[in-house]
Amino acid sequence: MTKTETVRLQGSLRHSLLKMYHSANAGHVACSLSCIDLMIASLIQHKKTTDSFILSKGHAAASLYVCLNYTGEISDAQLETFYKNGTSLPAHPAANKFQGIPFALGSLGHGLPIACGIAKANKLHSKTGPASDSAYAYVLMSDGETNEGTTWEAAHFAVRHQLDNLIVLIDKNGLQGFGTTDQVLGDTADETQLINLGFEVKQADGHNPGEMGKAIEDFKTSKNGKPKVLIANTVKGKGVSFMENKLEWHYLPMDAASYAHAIVELKEKYGA
Amino acid sequence: MGSDEKIVFITGDLGFNALEGIRDTMKDRFINAGVAEQNMIGVAAGLAHKGYSVFCYSIAPFITYRCLEQIRIDVCYHKLPVFIVGNGGGYGYGIMGFTHHAISDLACMSSLPGLDCYIPSFTEEVESSLTQMLSAGRPSYLRLGLGRSKPAGLKTFESINPLLLSPQPEMTVMALGPLAASALETISKAGFEKKIDLFSAVKLPFANFNDKFVQSVKASERLLILEEHVSRGGIAENIALSLMNLGIMPKQFKAIPAAGYPGELYGDQNYHQRQSGLDQASILGILQNWLMQ
Repeated sequence: MTKTETVRLQGSLRHSLLKMYHSANAGHVACSLSCIDLMIASLIQHKKTTDSFILSKGHAAASLYVCLNYTGEISDAQLETFYKNGTSLPAHPAANKFQGIPFALGSLGHGLPIACGIAKANKLHSKTGPASDSAYAYVLMSDGETNEGTTWEAAHFAVRHQLDNLIVLIDKNGLQGFGTTDQVLGDTADETQLINLGFEVKQADGHNPGEMGKAIEDFKTSKNGKPKVLIANTVKGKGVSFMENKLEWHYLPMDAASYAHAIVELKEKYGA
Repeated sequence: MGSDEKIVFITGDLGFNALEGIRDTMKDRFINAGVAEQNMIGVAAGLAHKGYSVFCYSIAPFITYRCLEQIRIDVCYHKLPVFIVGNGGGYGYGIMGFTHHAISDLACMSSLPGLDCYIPSFTEEVESSLTQMLSAGRPSYLRLGLGRSKPAGLKTFESINPLLLSPQPEMTVMALGPLAASALETISKAGFEKKIDLFSAVKLPFANFNDKFVQSVKASERLLILEEHVSRGGIAENIALSLMNLGIMPKQFKAIPAAGYPGELYGDQNYHQRQSGLDQASILGILQNWLMQ
């Protein structure tokens, strides 16, 4: 995918997102805008069929849905059922519906342990059968989510079991449920502590898929026994100026005026 | 089972003098996940997603209450072959105290979607539980307790099993898991085998309501239910509801659950059973009392 095509994709997926959220009169808009580029870089541009992708930040489900719509697993018609009664696409993913959603998460702190289990299975497989060592487990978390204790249980496990086939993606936008991360518990997704624990850590602009993609490629060549973390420095609500860095856009649905305004901005910024 | 390459066993840092053999047989497929039970369940779910059948082991309260959300979300809703093994169900860990007891575990676990609970009465039933769990491949909870050997000739494959059956029982007793073995001993010692029908409840949900149990309750019209579990969410509530749905109301009904911690005092398992009226002497007392009426 060329750089131009990528920018267009960043725009078109945002367009789909906003359309879905507006039609559903739903919240979590800024949450999805925050990680959509990270998802493009990982899920769309790097994930292979043998890899697993876990969205641990389940409240950004809509961004996963639009990505899977792009890859063809979720149809346009299905996408329109988002949030509606009788849907397979609720606000947080439903279980056992789509191959591209192997684990339906919404309560935070579940994805990293599960991804560790998948990475561990791939390590075990590679000893008894065809090498799965090249299969990766990706897990996308939010920075607020790293407040959860299970993050650290899993982190120790990943290091101890040398899961260098595990790539943790942290959508780090500095905001969480009821304050900034600094205000609440401080930066629990701090690079230094992750490095000290034994992870190989990279940081990247969370809205530059090219930069994030390069980091992922570098990780894949680094079979050093260390699990990987890509800290994607993001902006909550990225792409829609009045949503950027605003806590309330975690929760608010768009009214007609704000939706119209947002769509105009997308056209200007991404050409979509 | 240990040599099956598709099985993984994970312990939450427990197993001294118990799991060494399994550890040595299973090698890489035996994992000590440390004192991190919630992660253990998540890891198990990930492994199961990739084709393994996974046992997770800890002391019953730790692996149930602490991990309830992981079991609910990671395992049950995703219908994965993860088998939660909790040692010391009920007051099994005795003087260790309330933190190490599980008397509300079945209320939690049996209410989760698609999860089977196994509460073996006899040591031999542990192995058959494991075999059933593996072949069913469904989320499961195995509540281990004090083992007794099963009397020869007793067939126990259902969720509710007849241990003693008579044509004209004077009363019907149902007991949860190991208490059924204890009740069997009590009834046999007292020579009441021909007067009392005894059933063990060893698996939840109760798949098909055992015909022999229904017939027994209809014949005796007196039902006593014993469980080392609190009343709320225990088997007595479950059975009572099912019997009412079938229009069966015994003339005499009593449920004896775990009494918690009267006076907030502690002792060994037998002490706690006595406090609850679940020890053999108390059981004998109530049987004699009912038989005299």
